[in-house]
Amino acid sequence: MTTDIQNYLNDFDQLQTNDWFAKNRQSALNLFKETGFPNTRQENWKYTDVRPIARKSFSNINDQKTTVSPDNVNAIRFTDLDCIELVFINGIYSVEHSRINELPMNVVVENLADALATDNKLLEKHLSQYADNKISPFTALNTAFIQHGTYINVPDNVVIERPINLLFLSKENPSPFATHPRNLIIMGNHAQTTIIESYIGLDEANYFTNAVTEISLSENAILKHYKIQQESQRAYHIGNLNVMQNKDSKLESHSIALGGSLVRNDIHGQLADEGAEIIMNGLYMTNDKQHVDNHTRVDHLKPHTFSTENYRGVLNGNSRAVFNGKVVVHPQAQKIEAHQNNANLLLSDDAEIDTKPELEIYADDVKCSHGATVGQLDQDMLFYLRSRAIDEETARSLLTYAFADEVISKITLPEIKQRLEYLVVGQLPDAALIREFTNE
Amino acid sequence: MLKIENLHTKVDNKTILKGLNLSVEAGEVHAIMGPNGSGKSTLANVLAGRDGYEVSKGSVTYQDQDLLELAPEERAWAGVFLAFQYPVEIPGVNNVYLLKAAVNAVRKFRGEPELDAVEFLSLVKEKMKLVKMKEDLLNRSVNEGFSGGEKKRNEIFQMAVLEPKLAILDETDSGLDIDALKIVAEGVNSLRNKDRAIVLVTHYQRLLDYIKPDHVHVLSDGKIIKSGGPELALELEEKGYDWVKEAAA
Repeated sequence: MTTDIQNYLNDFDQLQTNDWFAKNRQSALNLFKETGFPNTRQENWKYTDVRPIARKSFSNINDQKTTVSPDNVNAIRFTDLDCIELVFINGIYSVEHSRINELPMNVVVENLADALATDNKLLEKHLSQYADNKISPFTALNTAFIQHGTYINVPDNVVIERPINLLFLSKENPSPFATHPRNLIIMGNHAQTTIIESYIGLDEANYFTNAVTEISLSENAILKHYKIQQESQRAYHIGNLNVMQNKDSKLESHSIALGGSLVRNDIHGQLADEGAEIIMNGLYMTNDKQHVDNHTRVDHLKPHTFSTENYRGVLNGNSRAVFNGKVVVHPQAQKIEAHQNNANLLLSDDAEIDTKPELEIYADDVKCSHGATVGQLDQDMLFYLRSRAIDEETARSLLTYAFADEVISKITLPEIKQRLEYLVVGQLPDAALIREFTNE
Repeated sequence: MLKIENLHTKVDNKTILKGLNLSVEAGEVHAIMGPNGSGKSTLANVLAGRDGYEVSKGSVTYQDQDLLELAPEERAWAGVFLAFQYPVEIPGVNNVYLLKAAVNAVRKFRGEPELDAVEFLSLVKEKMKLVKMKEDLLNRSVNEGFSGGEKKRNEIFQMAVLEPKLAILDETDSGLDIDALKIVAEGVNSLRNKDRAIVLVTHYQRLLDYIKPDHVHVLSDGKIIKSGGPELALELEEKGYDWVKEAAA
C-alpha cells in the first residue's frame, strides 16, 4: 500500500505550514502513513473498496487559482434563500463569491485558514477534538492537510436566523486534485443556527473530496445541518461528520447523496449528557455504477438521550449502496430511546444494497427499535394509480418520488425542501412526467 | 356496452371464474351478489386489469373492443372505473394532484383540452358535495390516514370526477355504517344516467335498499347461476344463497 500514499507524503512536505497546528498535522500524517488506506478486510470497510481512490495520484496542493464566473455560482446558489454564504472553489476559499454579512454580535464565521493564522484559544480547544484520526485514515489525511474550510462560532444565547451555506464547488483542473475541506462549528449554550454543506461538481470534473466536519453543541444548543452532495459523476467523496452533544442539545442532520462515483459518508454522534437528541435523515439515489456508502454511529453515553434515524435509498442501474447504522448504548445510559430505519427501493435487477443495523446495548432499561427493508415498487399502489388513468411510466416515477419524498418532506426550510424536491425529481427516469405533481 | 362470455380465470393456478357470462347495457345498474369465495372480487379485478389474473378461456368485450388486451390505464382512458374494495394508501402522492392528472389523462385521450387549475377546482368542489367529502382530505396523500368510510367515499368522489362510462364498485358497502352507506349510495345514484353502466359487486342486500338495481345476478363457484330483477336480492336476503345453489345444481 505504501506506493499509494507516497503522493500524499510528498505534497505534505511541500505544505510547510508553521502555525500552532503544525504538530497535529504531522502526527495525523504519521498516523495515515502507518495505516494507509482502509481495505475491505476491515469490518468498517467491508463493502466499500477505496482502491479507485488509493490508486489515483491526486494533487493535494491547489495553488493554481481556479476561477468560476459569478453566473456559474449564481446558478448553483439558493437564489431565493437569504443566507450567509462561504464559497470554496476546488478547496480554496473564494472571498469574491462569499457573502458574510450582517452577522449577529460576536458571531464568527470565517475561512478556517484565516482562523488558524491568528491566536484563537477556542479553536485550539476544539479543533480535531471530535473527529478521531484513529478511526478513519481519511480523517487523519484531512487533518494532515487542514487549511481551508469553515470556522463558525455561535456564542451563548445567539440565534442566527439566516442559514449559513457552505458551498464547495469543484471544477475540472488539468490534473486530478484532492481537497480536504475542514469545518468546525462551535455552538454555545442556547445557540441556534442552520448550516448547509453543499458539495457540487461543476462539470465532469475528476477529483477527490475528503471532507471533515466537527460540531460541538453546548447545553440546549440547536443545530440543523444539511448536507447536499452533488459531486460530479467521476468524483470521489468521503465525508465525516462528528458531533459532540451536551445536555439538552439537539442536532437535526439531513444528508442527501445524489452525485459522485464512489461515496462514503460517516456520521458519528456522541450524546454526552442527558437530554441530548440526534435526528438523522438520509436519502441516497444512485444510478449507473455509482457506489454510495452511509455509515452512522451514535453513542448514547448518558441516560435520557435520544436518537432517531431514517435513511432511504433509491437504487437504479448497476449501482450499489451500503447502509450501516450503529447504535451503542453505554452501561450508564438508562432510559434512552434509539430508533432506526433504513428502507430501500431497487429499481433495477442489477442494483445492490447491503444494509446492516447494529445495536450494542449495555444498559437494561432502554427503548430501541430498528428495521431495514429492501423492495420494489408496491404493486397495489402501481395498479391503483394505473386504474386512475395514470400511465405506467408516470405511475412508477410518481411512486419512486413519493418514496424518496418521505425523507425530503421532513425538511423544514422551504427553500431547501423545494430545491431538493426539484433535484430528486431530476434523478428519476421520467422527470418531466411528474414535475407538476411536485409544484405544491 | 360490456359483454362477458364464458370467462375462465386462474389466480395462482387456481381456477376462480369458470365460465361466466354477463351482458351490461348503457344506462343499466347490475348487482352481482354471491357468497365469499364465489369470485366476485376476481371479476372486478379482471375487468380493471390487475396483474396476476390469468384469463384461460372466454372473452370480455367493452364498447366493441377486446377489454383484456388493454392495460389498466388504457381501460381507464376508455371510461372503465373500479372502485376498490380496499383502496390502498399512497403516502407522498397528493390526492388532488392525482385526480387532476387522472382527469387530464382521460381528457387527453378523448381529444379534449386539459382543464386548467381553476376549471379543475370548480369541478372538484362541485363533486365533493355529492359525497360530503371534507376539504382537508383533498390535500392529503391518497387515502393516507383516511378512515374506512372516508376511503370508500373518496372512491365514489373520484368516480364522480372522472365520470366513467362503466363503473365497477367492488364491495363498496362493506365496512360502512348506515350513514356512510347512505352517502355513498346517494353519490352513486346521482351518477346514474342513460349513458353510464354501473356494476355493483356486493355480498349484502343492504346496499340495494339504497341503490335500486335493474338486474341482480347470483355468482357462485365462478359462474352466474341465477339472474333476475330487484326482487331476487330480497329473496336472497331472506333465504340465503343455498336455495339458489341447490336449484342450479
